[in-house]
Amino acid sequence: MDFIAIFSIFVLACFVGYFVVWSVTPALHTPLMSVTNAISSVIIVGALIASAAAGSASSKWLGLAAVVMASINIFGGFAVTARMLAMYKKKER
Amino acid sequence: MDFQSILSAATGGHGLAVNPWASVAYLVAGVLFILALRGLSSPATAQSGNRFGMAGMTIAVVTTLLTHAPTTADGLLDTIGLVEILVAIGIGAVIGIVMARRIAMTAMPQLVAAFHSLVGLAAVAVAAAAYLNPQAFGIADAAGQIFTVSRIEMGLGIAIGAITFSGSVIAFLKLNGNMSGSPIMLPGRHLINLGTLAAIIGLVAYFTVDQSPWVFWTVTGLSFAIGFLLIIPIGGADMPVVVSMLNSYSGWAAAAMGFTLGNTAMIITGALVGSSGAILSYIMCRAMNRSFISVIAGGFGADAGPSDGGSKEQRPWKPGSAEDAAFLMSQADTVIIVPGYGMAVAQAQHALREMADQLKKEGVTVKYAIHPVAGRMPGHMNVLLAEANVPYDEVFELEDINGEFAQADVAFVIGANDVTNPSAKTDKTSPIYGMPILDVANAKTVLFVKRSMGGVGYAGVDNDVFYMDQTMMLLGDAKKMADDIVKALSGSGH
Repeated sequence: MDFIAIFSIFVLACFVGYFVVWSVTPALHTPLMSVTNAISSVIIVGALIASAAAGSASSKWLGLAAVVMASINIFGGFAVTARMLAMYKKKER
Repeated sequence: MDFQSILSAATGGHGLAVNPWASVAYLVAGVLFILALRGLSSPATAQSGNRFGMAGMTIAVVTTLLTHAPTTADGLLDTIGLVEILVAIGIGAVIGIVMARRIAMTAMPQLVAAFHSLVGLAAVAVAAAAYLNPQAFGIADAAGQIFTVSRIEMGLGIAIGAITFSGSVIAFLKLNGNMSGSPIMLPGRHLINLGTLAAIIGLVAYFTVDQSPWVFWTVTGLSFAIGFLLIIPIGGADMPVVVSMLNSYSGWAAAAMGFTLGNTAMIITGALVGSSGAILSYIMCRAMNRSFISVIAGGFGADAGPSDGGSKEQRPWKPGSAEDAAFLMSQADTVIIVPGYGMAVAQAQHALREMADQLKKEGVTVKYAIHPVAGRMPGHMNVLLAEANVPYDEVFELEDINGEFAQADVAFVIGANDVTNPSAKTDKTSPIYGMPILDVANAKTVLFVKRSMGGVGYAGVDNDVFYMDQTMMLLGDAKKMADDIVKALSGSGH
C-alpha cells in the first residue's frame, strides 16, 4: 500500500477515535484504558512476522520476546476489563 | 485459496498487502476494535464491546499466523518455529490472566501502567527486529537499503515505544509506592530534556540518510532516557494525567509500527488508542484546572503545607460522632455521598455501601457524586464503587449532580478534600484556583469524615468547609467511621 493510502486511513481513524471516545461514559473510563491497552497490543502482528521470518536469529528472538509481552497485554487486558465490567450492575428493583 | 498458496503469496513479500483476503481480515479487525470502544458508551453494552475487541484480536492474530507462518528453506511449514510462537503466546496468556485475576481494584492504575510499559517494550522489540531483518518485513530493497519512509516510521516507532516503556516503568514505581510520589527535580532539567528531545529528532532525521546501527541504537537509548527524565519530576497528584498520556503514547507507537508494516488493523487501533489517551489526558487536566504543559513541566505537590509560615490561626469547628451522623442522615430526605481516594485507601467502600443500604431502608434517597480526579486514574472511583456493589445508576458525575447539593439535606464527604474546597472558586491566590469543585457547601448539612484536623489535601490548602456552621467534622479512620455509622443506624431499632 502506498503511503498516502495508509495515511488517509490513519487520519480518518483519528477522527473516528475522537468521536467514539467522547461518547464513552466517564463511569467507564478505567475499563476504556484497560481495553485500549489490550487492543494496542495488536502490535503482536509485527512480533509474529518477526518470529516467523528466516534470515536473522536476533530478529527472531526479539520477535518472540515481543510476542510474549504483547500476549500478556492482550489476555491480561481483556480479562481485567471483563472482570471490571461484570461488576457494573443496575439498581435492583 | 489453499494454505500453500496463501503462504506463497505472503512470502512473495512486500508488506502485508499482498494477499487481498489478509487485508480484508485486518480491516475487519480494525472495525471490531472501533465497536469495542463504541460499546463502552454505556455499562449495558460494554461487555459485548469487550467481546468485539477479543474477536478483532483473534482475527488479527490468526490472519498473521496464516499469512506469515514460519517456513523452512524448502518452503514447507516449519513446525518447530510454529510451536515456539504458540508457546510464546501461551506464556503471555498465563501471566496476563493470572495478573488480571489477582489484581486489587485499588491497584488498577499500577496494572495499567505496567501494561503500557509492555506495549512500549514490545514496540521497541518489533522495531528493532524490523531494523535487523528489513527484508522479512518488506521494507527494504534487494541491497538491504531500508526505504526512506520506512526509516522515518521506524525511527518514530522506536522513539515513542521506548519513551512509553521507561515512562510507564517510573509511573508504575510511583503508583505502586516503590518510589516516592513527590517530584524529583534535577537541576537544569528543562534544558536536559529539550536537548535530549532535539537530539532524538535530529537523529531520526539523520537516520533517513544513514541507516548505520549507531544511529538506530542511539535513538533507542536516548528515548529510554527521556521517558525516564520526563516522568520523575511529576508528582503523585498528577498521575491520572500521566497514565492517560502514556496510554496515548502506546497507541501512537502501535500506529507507527502499523505504518512500517502497512497494516490497517494496527493503524486504526493506534489512532483509536492515541486519541483515547489524549482525550483522557485533556479531561484530567481540565478536572484539575492544570495545563498539559504545566503537568509535563512537573513539580506540582512539591511544597507541602500553606506558605503562611507560623501564623496558622485556630478557627472554631464542630466535632461530631458516628451516632450524630447516623441520626442526621436517617432524618434526611436526600443524602449525597462524596467519596475520595482516602476512602479507597481506608478500604471503606464496602462499609460505605452498607451505610447507604441502611439509609435506603429508612426511605432516604442516596446518591454518589464523583469528581473526575476522585481516584488515581480516569474513572477509578466508579470501578471501586462498582466493586462494592454500588449500582451504577446511583453514581453521578460532577456536572450532572452539582446542582442537586442545594436541595440535599446532607452531603457526606469521605476521603475527599481538595475537590470540595470553595477557595477554588473564590481565592485567586489558591493553588487550586479555577479547579471545578463539588458544591458540598450548598447542602443543608455537611458531614466531613477526616482522619484529623491537621492534614491537608494534595494541594496543601486549608478548606473553608471545615469551619462552616452547618459542617460537622467526623474525625477518624474512614472505614471505622462508616462501620460505626452502620452500627448506629441498625441499632436505632426500625
